[in-house]
Amino acid sequence: MISRPVERLGSNLLGLAESAGEAALLVQSSVAWLFRSRIEWRQTILQMLRIGVGSFPVTVLTSLFTGMVLALQTGASSKRMLSEPLFIGTIVSFSMVKELGPVMAALVVSGRAGAAIAAELGTMCVTEQTDALYTLGTDPVRYLVIPRVLAFLIVLPVLTILADYAGVLGGCLVAYLKLGIPTSVYWHDVFDYLQNKQFFHGLIKTYAFALCIAYICCYKGLKTTGGAEGVGKSTTSAVVYSMVAVLSVDYFVTAILVALGIT
Amino acid sequence: MIRAAGVEKSFGPRRVLRGVDVEVQDGETLVIIGGSGCGKSTFLKCVIGLLRPDSGLIEADGLDVTKLKDEMRIADYRRRFGYLFQEGALFDSLSIWENVTFGLRYLTDIPASRYRDIAKDKLALVGLKDIEDMKPAQLSGGMKKRVALARAIAAEPKYILYDEPTTGLDPIMSDIISELILELKKKLGVTAIVVTHDMKSAYKIADRIAMLHEGRVLEAAPPSSIKATKNPYVRQFIEGQSEGPIRMKLKDYDEV
Repeated sequence: MISRPVERLGSNLLGLAESAGEAALLVQSSVAWLFRSRIEWRQTILQMLRIGVGSFPVTVLTSLFTGMVLALQTGASSKRMLSEPLFIGTIVSFSMVKELGPVMAALVVSGRAGAAIAAELGTMCVTEQTDALYTLGTDPVRYLVIPRVLAFLIVLPVLTILADYAGVLGGCLVAYLKLGIPTSVYWHDVFDYLQNKQFFHGLIKTYAFALCIAYICCYKGLKTTGGAEGVGKSTTSAVVYSMVAVLSVDYFVTAILVALGIT
Repeated sequence: MIRAAGVEKSFGPRRVLRGVDVEVQDGETLVIIGGSGCGKSTFLKCVIGLLRPDSGLIEADGLDVTKLKDEMRIADYRRRFGYLFQEGALFDSLSIWENVTFGLRYLTDIPASRYRDIAKDKLALVGLKDIEDMKPAQLSGGMKKRVALARAIAAEPKYILYDEPTTGLDPIMSDIISELILELKKKLGVTAIVVTHDMKSAYKIADRIAMLHEGRVLEAAPPSSIKATKNPYVRQFIEGQSEGPIRMKLKDYDEV
């Protein structure tokens, strides 16, 4: 009676361990190829455009509204407790730059670009295009994975900075139009307290997020089997795993940065 | 020369290859025939190093691919091969000329400025023109196969491996592809292994035909000898009879 669920749990854990090992080998292989072959810059730029241009409007919009909601909520609470909205710019900018900007950008990119990458590589796998790469003198890691990893590493920080700006600007709009705070006061609140290290706190996280999304989506894509159904499964699991990875890695990176005093 | 001896390969509990022994002399075209799922494509992928056999050896020019561990050395071994995939495996995101010349960047020192002209020449060799800037999705099945063939020969390999080159094509296009394979042999003098179950094509292009059944080579002989074979398995296959010693499953629950 008990043995079947236990067996299933055991086999799931073994599968998870196997996947983690294979993903680690993918990382190792990509590092090895990075040092012993030319970087495919054309592919990298193409991927940067796909990830960046495609995700830009959604990232900016979601961050703009997040900043607006943040200002509205903080303003309402501040009014209720302190009778007037205080330090709205400081709270919005800290929240956006340190936490929400990087996380929102990473979640949008993993949902949009990550899914596209898993689906593209998955389709290439089931139609033998990845095998064809081997027969034509290259390697899927060199030609497909490295350009995507580099593209994520370059584009995600840029999108995060734009998301930070959009969020703080959204907060400013609400502060001025809904809470009646003069814009000069809002921007003073932002720049009087925000330091470079807070900005770097957010930025450092984006590199960890970029690596997680890129490797998870490439790994899931390259491990696709079973035709169209397999591509669908890979795409879904790539998005789910990369979103969970972003949120969990966020905690651990934050803990390290706090311990290092970058906060 | 390509030499395979005692090649075995399993996928989980399923033993696909159970000791394949075969030799292909320089300039020869060996056609491997056999039922669906008998391991023909698996063998071809073992020859080019896409799959690693569980045991046995596979040599090309005296170099045993089963002994190579390093990715770079396997890549170096693969340089001597061109491979035509069953469905073409053209890169959807690239244009036809980029597809044809894709391997040149990695396999040769030819300057990129010459790629377009080379693509044009190779496409002409397979009877195609004015399609250089199209995308694979715009081509018919037969054209895709020919583009894939142009890509396989672009780097002028010594050996070409064809995985079911006529599958999914109408009889006329199948014959055109068979003619092309013959023509390429004459013009380029390549050594080839062709995996197919199209007997008409096999008789046309083969110097020798090897029949693969249950993971082993049952018989390897010139087409004329195969046509007159007394082996009941080979006889049944080449005549396309449902009755005989080879029993294929009609349904999953049929006993074999």
